[in-house]
Amino acid sequence: MYAQEVKSTGKGVLSLEEMDPVERAFQEKVNAGVKIEPKDWMPEGYRKTLIRQISQHAHSEIVGQLPEGNWITRAPTLERKAILIAKVQDEAGHGLYLYCAAETLGVSRDQMTEQLLSGKAKYSSIFNYPTLTWADIGAIGWLVDGAAIMNQVPLQRCSFGPYSRAMIRVCKEESFHQRQGYDIMMKLCAGTLDQKAMAQDALDRWWWPSLMMFGPSDAQSVHSAQSLAWKIKQDTNDELRQKFVDQTVPQAKYLGLSVPDPDLKWNEEKGGHDFGEVDWEEFFQVVSGNGPCNADRMAARRKAWSDGEWFRDALMAHAEKHSADKVAAE
Amino acid sequence: MSNEWPLWEVFIRGQHGMSHRHVGSLHAPDSEMAINNARDVYTRRNEGVSIWVVKAGDITASAPGEKGPLFEPANSKVYRHPTFFDIPDDVGRM
Repeated sequence: MYAQEVKSTGKGVLSLEEMDPVERAFQEKVNAGVKIEPKDWMPEGYRKTLIRQISQHAHSEIVGQLPEGNWITRAPTLERKAILIAKVQDEAGHGLYLYCAAETLGVSRDQMTEQLLSGKAKYSSIFNYPTLTWADIGAIGWLVDGAAIMNQVPLQRCSFGPYSRAMIRVCKEESFHQRQGYDIMMKLCAGTLDQKAMAQDALDRWWWPSLMMFGPSDAQSVHSAQSLAWKIKQDTNDELRQKFVDQTVPQAKYLGLSVPDPDLKWNEEKGGHDFGEVDWEEFFQVVSGNGPCNADRMAARRKAWSDGEWFRDALMAHAEKHSADKVAAE
Repeated sequence: MSNEWPLWEVFIRGQHGMSHRHVGSLHAPDSEMAINNARDVYTRRNEGVSIWVVKAGDITASAPGEKGPLFEPANSKVYRHPTFFDIPDDVGRM
């Protein structure tokens, strides 16, 4: 998802009997649904896993502004432009809520920024694909934000209080994002043949990368099992991917678009769709930096950070001077 | 990357008559910028009519370990709740 490759540091899930009393008390709290707060005792692995997951999630929100920002100046109407600006501004806000949640665990904002800019920290693979046409803005809202919601709704129940509270705010705002995207797709699909073809082309390009957002199958992952035990995560990647496919296929049908998967078919027995295998080789290539836009995205973030440095420093210098004046006047 | 802006805690009054509630935090160089940033980050959808910002470092919090001594004594004082007292129906509303 927005944090696709979170490696926890746990050595496998311990049973309550194997834990020392402090850890057992912690796990019992988690099991009882009591939220863990920043100053409470927590296992080091829990803290590290959360810092990685929340910061990856935050970085994804921030980098996620870039593909959509690409179309702000070229939105087809003033209203669409205002909507897109509001959406991109929301993404910045979501990044900020999440950075603050991560900071409560003892990592600083600058450390996280440094990890993103040095390439040490990951962000979602989805933002390394280009936005070639206006229909891509529709497809991103509909599919990418749709997949994000699928993942973020259960995260509202995450055991770590600040993350859970940040997710509640994010989810409240996210539904607008998906609906504005679908609205763009509906307009295009009701338009000329060329416009409808543009919508189909966007679905063709965004479908598989959207399925990759849920991350690799976690059947064999020890990290995933630990995150489930700590209630950092509530569902497996595969469960969420299945839910997303089942929800989205009828929406594509309503638009009169076809999902680019020859293996997609309804399976009456399981009450869900069967679908083809994601190209995991492509996924790992994109995550490890070799996607179509990885270099552009990082270059844009680095430029923004270094171009803004004088301004950040100037505001800080002004604030310090001002506070010195205040002390002198007292 | 050494000159990090300080952290501020943000409190918003949702509507007139309600108290300010903690909504989150943000970084800003001074209190004026903290208010401006809080408006953009926490009130994009008419969430508030008033904003407070407090430097996070200026807040003193109770320690999680003191939870017992601080809050448990109230558990036994059930008579502080009106439902502790049985008043006959004949008395009427009280």
